[in-house]
Amino acid sequence: MSNSGAKRWLLAGIILSVVVSCFSPQFNRYYLGIAIDTGINIILAVSLNLINGHTGQFSLGHAGFMAVGGYTAAKFTLVFESMVPDSLKPLLFLVALILGGVFAAVAGLGVGVPSLRLKGDYLAIVTLGFGEIIRVIVQNMEAVGAASGLKGIPKYTTFGWTFALAAVTIYAVASLVNSTYGRGFIAVSDDEVAASSMGINPVRYKVTAFVTGAFFAGVAGGLYAHHKQFLSPTGFDFLKSIDIVVMVILGGMGRTAGVVIAAIILTLLPEVLRQFADYRMIIYSLLIIGLMMARPQGLFTLGFKKKGAAEV
Amino acid sequence: MDWFLQQLINGLALGSIYALIALGYTMVYGVLRFINFAHSDVLMLGAFSAYFLAPALHNVLPVPSFTGAFIIVLLSMLICAGIGMLIEVLAYRPLRSRPKLTVLITAIGVSLFIEFTCQHKAVFGADTKPFPQLLPATDFHMGGLVVSSNDLLVVVVTTLLLAGLWFIVQRTKMGTAMRAVSFNQQAAALMGININRIISFTFGLGSALAAVAGILYALKAPGIEPLMGVQPGIRAFIAAVLGGIGNLPGAALGGLVIGLLETFAGGISGVSNYRDGIAFAVLILILLFKPAGLLGKATVEKV
Repeated sequence: MSNSGAKRWLLAGIILSVVVSCFSPQFNRYYLGIAIDTGINIILAVSLNLINGHTGQFSLGHAGFMAVGGYTAAKFTLVFESMVPDSLKPLLFLVALILGGVFAAVAGLGVGVPSLRLKGDYLAIVTLGFGEIIRVIVQNMEAVGAASGLKGIPKYTTFGWTFALAAVTIYAVASLVNSTYGRGFIAVSDDEVAASSMGINPVRYKVTAFVTGAFFAGVAGGLYAHHKQFLSPTGFDFLKSIDIVVMVILGGMGRTAGVVIAAIILTLLPEVLRQFADYRMIIYSLLIIGLMMARPQGLFTLGFKKKGAAEV
Repeated sequence: MDWFLQQLINGLALGSIYALIALGYTMVYGVLRFINFAHSDVLMLGAFSAYFLAPALHNVLPVPSFTGAFIIVLLSMLICAGIGMLIEVLAYRPLRSRPKLTVLITAIGVSLFIEFTCQHKAVFGADTKPFPQLLPATDFHMGGLVVSSNDLLVVVVTTLLLAGLWFIVQRTKMGTAMRAVSFNQQAAALMGININRIISFTFGLGSALAAVAGILYALKAPGIEPLMGVQPGIRAFIAAVLGGIGNLPGAALGGLVIGLLETFAGGISGVSNYRDGIAFAVLILILLFKPAGLLGKATVEKV
C-alpha cells in the first residue's frame, strides 16, 4: 500500500464517518447501537492484531487495557463535565479518549516490559493474569464505583467518533507494520533469534507493539464507556479478551483486512442469531478448535501463506 | 498465635488441592511443552462425576461412608482419566507437529468448549449445585483451633497421592519412559518407547489427580458449577510455574506456597479484597526474577 494512497483512504474514512454521523438521528437506535459496537470491536481487533498477529506475542489481556482506558476516560469526563461549556464537549471527549489511551499504553508498557523474557504460553498466562489484576483493582476502587460499577457516564460516543477512530486505528497499525521499521514486527514474529542476529532488537518491537496496541484498546474502552454509559468490572473479564482473540484468529493473524471483516461478522452474528444465544460460546470454541486444525492462517485469507505469523 | 496456626491449617488444605492440580499441568508440560488449559475443566468434570455417581450408586454404596466415598472417587478418577486421554487424542494429537501457538489456542478452545457445553441447560446448567457429603464430617476443636475433618482428609489424601505418583514416576517402567519422553522425545522414540502411549498415560494420570482435586475442592466449596475449575486451575498453573514447570516436587511445593499465601492474605483485613490478584502478582514476580521457577533449571535456547 503506498503511503499517500493510505492517507487518502484514511481521510475518506473519516469524512464518510462524520457525514454518516450527521444523519444518525434518522437511524433506528438499535441498529445505530450495533454499528457503534462494530466500530469499537474493529478498533479492538485491529489493535490486538498488532500484538498477536504481526508481532506474534499471544496476549489474552486485551480486555484489561480496554478497562484501563474505559475507566480513565469515563472518570475524566465525569469530573470535568460540569466545568466545560457545551460547545467544548467534543474537545473534552477527545481529551478523555486520548487520556484513556495513554493510561492504557502505560499499562501496556507495564505488561510489555516484564513479559519480554517470556514466550508463547507463559506470555498468554501473564497477560491473562494482568487482566485479572486490573479487574481486582477496579473492583476495590471506590472512586470508580468498585464492584457495583460506574454509572451515569454521558453519552458522547457517536457513529462519527467511532468509525473515524476505527479508520485512524487501521491506518496507524497498517502504516506502522508496512513501514521499513514495521518489518521488524514480522521478523520478530517469524523468528526471534534470526531477527536479533540481523540487528533487530526484539525487545523494542515487542514493547512498541504492546504499547501501541494497548493505546488503541484504551481508546476503544473510552468509546465503549461513553456508548454504554455504564462500566462494570465484570464486563472486562477473560471472556471479553477471548471475544477479541477469536476475531483476530478468525480473520487471520497479521491480516488487517481479514480481522476487520471478522470483527464485523462476529459483532453482527450474535445479534442475528439471538435465539441461539445459548450456543454462542459453544460455537466460538468449536470455531477456534476447527480453525486451528484446518486453517490456522484464518478464514478470510487467501489459500497460501504469505508469512508465518501463526508459526511461532 | 491461634490465628496463625488456623491460617496455616487452612492454607495447607487449600495448597494441597492446588498441588494436586499443579501436578497435572506440570506433567503434561513435561512431555508436550504446552499448557493444557482444559485441565481445570477436567477437575470440574471430576467433581460432577462424583455428584452424579453418589445418588446413582446410593442403593449399593450409601454415602457418607468411607467405602462409598473411596469407590466413587476411584470411579471419578477413571472417568476423568478417560476424558483426559480423549481430549489428547482428539484435540492435541493431530496438532503435535504444529507450532506451539496453534496448540495453545486449541487448548483454550477445548477449555471453553467444555465449560460452555456444560453450562448449557441441557447438560449441567449454569447454576450452583450442592455437593453431596461423601464422608461424615466433623470439626475437631483443639484449644482455639478448629480443624475440619475435610481439611485433614485433603492433606492426608494429597500426601498419599504424591507418594503414589513419586513411586510411579521414579520406580516403574512407565514412569521411566515418561521421564525419558520429557527429557528428549526423539531420543526416547529411538529407544523404542511408544511416545503416543506415554503421552496418553501422562494425560490419564494427570486427569485422575485432577478428579481427586475436584472432589476435594467441591467438599470444601459451597457447591459445584461448570466454571468451578477456572480459579483453582489458574492458581495451580501458577503454582506449577512457581515451582518450575515440568518439575514434580516443584509443583507440589508451589501449590502449598500459593495456598498458604492466599489464605494468609485472606485473613488480613485490607489485603483480603485483593486475594484474587495475589497469585498473579506472585507469578509476575517469579517470572521476572527467577523465570525457571523455584526448583527448575534454567535452559538456554539453542539455535
